[in-house]
Amino acid sequence: MDGLDDIVEEFLVESHENLDQLDSDLVALEQEPDSRDRLSSIFRTIHTIKGTSGFLAFQRLEEVTHVGENMLSRLRDGALELTPHRTSVLLRMVDTVRSLLASIEATSGEGSVDVSSVVTEISAAMEDTPAAAVPAPATQPVPAVAEPAEVVAEAPAEVPVPAAEVPAEVPPAAVPAPAAELPAAPAVPAPRPAPAVEVAHEPEADGGSGQARRAVADSTIRVDVDLLDELMLLVGELVLTRNQIVQYVGRSNDTDLVRASQRLNLIASELQEGVMKTRMQPIDHIWSKLPRVVRDLGLQLRKSIRLEMEGRETELDKTLLEAVKDPLTHLVRNSVDHGIEDADTRARLGKPAEGVLTLRARHESGQVVVEVADDGAGIDPAKLGAKAVERGLVTPDALTRMGPQDVLQMIFLPGFSTAAQVTNVSGRGVGMDVVKTNIEAIGGTIEVESVAGRGTVCRLRIPLTLAIVPALTVECAGDRYAIPQISLQELVSLDAEKAANAVEEVGGAPVYRLRGELLPLVRLTDVLGLTSDRHDGHVVIAVLRSEGRRFGLVVDRVINTEEIVVKAVGGQLKAIGLYSGATVLGDGTVALILDVQALARRALRTETSERQESRVAALQAQATDAERQRMLLAAIGGGRRVAIPLDTVTRLEQVRTETVERVGNREVVQYRGAILPIVRLDRHLGAYGESDREVLEVIVYSDHGRSVAIVVEEILDIVDGEAAVRSDIDDMGLLGSAILGDKVTELLDVRAAILAADPAFYSTHPSALAPVTPDGVPTSLLEASL
Amino acid sequence: MTTAQAAAHTAAIGGQLATFWLDGDLYGVEVAHVQEVLKSQGLTRVPLAPTAVAGLINLRGQVVTAIELRERLGRPPRPEGTDAVVIVVRLHGEAVSLLVDAIADVVDVDPADFEAPPDTLDGAGRELIRGAFKLDGHLLLALDIHKAVSA
Repeated sequence: MDGLDDIVEEFLVESHENLDQLDSDLVALEQEPDSRDRLSSIFRTIHTIKGTSGFLAFQRLEEVTHVGENMLSRLRDGALELTPHRTSVLLRMVDTVRSLLASIEATSGEGSVDVSSVVTEISAAMEDTPAAAVPAPATQPVPAVAEPAEVVAEAPAEVPVPAAEVPAEVPPAAVPAPAAELPAAPAVPAPRPAPAVEVAHEPEADGGSGQARRAVADSTIRVDVDLLDELMLLVGELVLTRNQIVQYVGRSNDTDLVRASQRLNLIASELQEGVMKTRMQPIDHIWSKLPRVVRDLGLQLRKSIRLEMEGRETELDKTLLEAVKDPLTHLVRNSVDHGIEDADTRARLGKPAEGVLTLRARHESGQVVVEVADDGAGIDPAKLGAKAVERGLVTPDALTRMGPQDVLQMIFLPGFSTAAQVTNVSGRGVGMDVVKTNIEAIGGTIEVESVAGRGTVCRLRIPLTLAIVPALTVECAGDRYAIPQISLQELVSLDAEKAANAVEEVGGAPVYRLRGELLPLVRLTDVLGLTSDRHDGHVVIAVLRSEGRRFGLVVDRVINTEEIVVKAVGGQLKAIGLYSGATVLGDGTVALILDVQALARRALRTETSERQESRVAALQAQATDAERQRMLLAAIGGGRRVAIPLDTVTRLEQVRTETVERVGNREVVQYRGAILPIVRLDRHLGAYGESDREVLEVIVYSDHGRSVAIVVEEILDIVDGEAAVRSDIDDMGLLGSAILGDKVTELLDVRAAILAADPAFYSTHPSALAPVTPDGVPTSLLEASL
Repeated sequence: MTTAQAAAHTAAIGGQLATFWLDGDLYGVEVAHVQEVLKSQGLTRVPLAPTAVAGLINLRGQVVTAIELRERLGRPPRPEGTDAVVIVVRLHGEAVSLLVDAIADVVDVDPADFEAPPDTLDGAGRELIRGAFKLDGHLLLALDIHKAVSA
């Protein structure tokens, strides 16, 4: 019972806030009917209310919001135009929702509020039959249940409080214990701009059950969260000042001063920790509501689901906890709705009938990692990709170049929904992008991993606290920038000699081999349009992770790690979309905080296009540089490795297996508007690799406007072919073998392999268009971009 | 903008203006908006920002955007070797700073002296100027501070 009350209470608080916002949004929308942002925001609000009312079994509320959401969805998609009439209808819907909420607040039920007239009206407004003129009462005054004043003065019924419990809710719900004791706490509910329904809010103060639990209250005091926020801010400033003093004193010889500053340093750290602790709450606080969500939703969808929780005592900042609540609930609902299959399907797949949804939380290098894992159907990257193409979110062309991991992250794009049917529960495509936006708003990251048929894991990384962030300060073109540690994985420093060898260009894009894995490099100077002031050839790489993939950010210098206080930046700078804020460093200078997510999005995208431009140049460079034979190592299955001269490699790509088509007895794939013939190296060389892979690793070779794709099992490495000892083994398709990287490696006869894919490759050098043979097979294949 | 705000705007025209020099012209902003005036400050540049954003300054621990008013008004850059003066204004609770050549007096202006922007004003600056006050010997250009900072 308590659990339900808690949920309902929070739902009410939240919905009231949202409704106020909605009123002004709707009116503002009339002024600028084309604002998609505003429409989306309204849509999300209603969506949230609908979602929650659904599982709280407020059917009428759900009915109204569902039909309202339908209309909004069509407005958002541009299928409907916003007329003053439609706005009125929507406002009436908001009023009805408010009446329903008021009734729920007063009587825990939907009372006698009638929704059918509004529902008819909205439906009518959608069909454009001008108002069936059911004069729905704008507000349904709900009998104001006048509660005795003493009850109001009691502490609100809340779960037994742990030691550091603070009033969590926003004013209306958290009626502070005897108001006189805490003058700072708001004693009256926040004023709402809708006087018509104000009456209905009166009884809310008590939230339904007034009996206080005093026992715990004796050993704790309630503190206004605002006060804690203030303290946190002050501590932030103190930490900054401490940093400045410590830095200044570092140059001093006065031992007393040094000692005092060390002490200050220590105390400030402890104080910071202490204040942070007062704001910490176990994640169980928000998890405790989820079993019910899962159970009810499971019942509704006829799925049997077991919820497991690991690490429920993991603590994080109260503000962050609040911010994570909704996204987390959404993820859980998503898993139940779309992830876990129904019992029949599971039985057919040989899975236990009961699905398992696992929540995990843990501290990991100064962050909190929260995972929502299910053992359900998983996400099929192919389906997802097809959907994204269908929705116009990505071009088919771009899709073929994406790895499965990247494809998965597309579920976070706005307007994405993979549910075949729009259900009551979820699946309108508002979900995941909102989740992502919310998580990123608090400086966190989200990524999804999935194995089709096995399950999905959504992983949130959340900073411990918002105000003070551990960061790496780096220098680039004479300025300093801060990179939040949350995205940082490691640092690599290469001296000039090493850098010359270790940083390679693959098709014009710089990469670094980090323990055998190719790490795309992004130069911060390039992104920012600056010129590096480092000319000694040293390369410093900050290995960053964003949305499940890694990249290396090349900076001039690493300065140090520092705890920074995040300061908001003005609108002009937010619009640039590269900086998440600014901070004041120890020496008083301002440094910009890099938004790693945005950086990755921007840089990795431009890299690809730059790569295309520079390809021709790169090809020429490779031709003149032939004596420095660099080899690309690839596995072709059966434990065999081949080496391919790097100068014959134009690009490395990934191609989805199902995009491979057959033309005659050859395999081809559509690629950047052209047809690319494929040679599978394992078959060509008589090895037996796995043939059921979803994604093919492809080496593209282009010359004179023709391209072929060589399929290998895995790209392993790039090595220097010079030191290799060659032995001549006269085998078909090979030039010989060599010891590369301690293993025998076969040297590919590239010419033979290419001819196997496209026999006409070397015979003609078409200038513009590919001639087509009578049977319709293109004899040559070219790329528009070359 | 609501009517109330617009009204406040017009009303403010007749009040006190904090004046400053920029490229030989005298400009004024409503005193009410001005928080403080500082000497030249260390600026942290912001790559990729609009050209009028000169950088960020540290105002007692607060990070404030600095707008180069010369750039904003389409005037030539400040000559080498001369330092800008920083006027910190507070709009909608957010502090923004303007870089100008030199600060001048606070002037009481009479709405009767107000005229629309002179025709001689060129394009870039024109939309940022609400009008001019005819003072003894020269014109005082009333800067539309809201437009000026929305670079």
